[in-house]
Amino acid sequence: MHTTPEAVIAIAGMALVTIAVKAGGLLLADRLPRQGFAAAWLQHIPGAVLAALVAPALVTGSPAEVIAALATGGIFILTRNLFAAMATGVATVYLVRLLLAG
Amino acid sequence: MSTLAAPYRFSDQFFAGARACLPVAVSVAAYGLVWGVLARGAGLSLVEVVMMSGLVFAGSAQFVALDLWTATPASLPIGPLILAALIVNLRYLLLTATLRPLYPQKGLWRGALSMYLVTDENWAMTVTAMARGGGSVAFLMGGGVLAWVSWMGTNLIGYGLGSAIDDPARWGLDFAFTATFLALLLGMWKGRGDLVPWFVAALAAIATAQVVEGSWHILVGGVAGSLAGAVVEVRKHAHHA
Repeated sequence: MHTTPEAVIAIAGMALVTIAVKAGGLLLADRLPRQGFAAAWLQHIPGAVLAALVAPALVTGSPAEVIAALATGGIFILTRNLFAAMATGVATVYLVRLLLAG
Repeated sequence: MSTLAAPYRFSDQFFAGARACLPVAVSVAAYGLVWGVLARGAGLSLVEVVMMSGLVFAGSAQFVALDLWTATPASLPIGPLILAALIVNLRYLLLTATLRPLYPQKGLWRGALSMYLVTDENWAMTVTAMARGGGSVAFLMGGGVLAWVSWMGTNLIGYGLGSAIDDPARWGLDFAFTATFLALLLGMWKGRGDLVPWFVAALAAIATAQVVEGSWHILVGGVAGSLAGAVVEVRKHAHHA
């Protein structure tokens, strides 16, 4: 149960820049236009960010990830249930990895 | 949060947000366990683990920090640690800007404090709810508190267990994140207008992930894809005009 001034400064600094960036987006949002190009840009951010989050994991993974992604997508489209889709993905990746390893 | 009469009860929305984030809390917990194990290996004390997870509360930034951390305080790279946290978290500028419609016109500074609880997970759930006409600050906070508790709790368990924990990949739990976000992405589909931005975002993210480590691919892919979507949309309108 100990720490050092150096560690406290580093952690406090990390915390400050993190909250500054997170708060910055919200505070700057009003400066952004509501019509035209910038507005269209903002609207497309959520989908693009999610696609960017997911894509590298799928192409750098083994065939197990690709098969599990197809299963996840299929179950989500059929059921619209996020938890079922996630559970299917985890179970599929687990089973296919076992099969591929064996 | 807001003193305005709201068409919902704070607690209902709070618990709805927490419930919506349950699937992703599984992935937060899996990574939290690993982070706790690695933090012990990197030489962080228990106090430092609690401070970092409690105050910084940003998974990918904390993983990068473990890479830089040294057990001897004199050689701790304070500047690089802070700079790395800033760079890894830059993507939050994009994310929190999209949450602006949840907040009232005035008193935004108080809302800014609540951004502390924004993670990739509860942000994604909240923008999905917003796209269906729902979502609220309470909904966002419910998911954030659940993520915070899962993260801190599993960090401590991992730290306590030390090296006794296996790789989450062994149980397929590393895929929980990808599976959840893939399903969220599919749920955002509005039509063919999404094809170009998603495709460009995916390609840019894949290319970036090959070249640089960390979470740059999220920022690069998110910016490139959304710009491409805006270009296509503005051009289409120009043709119609």
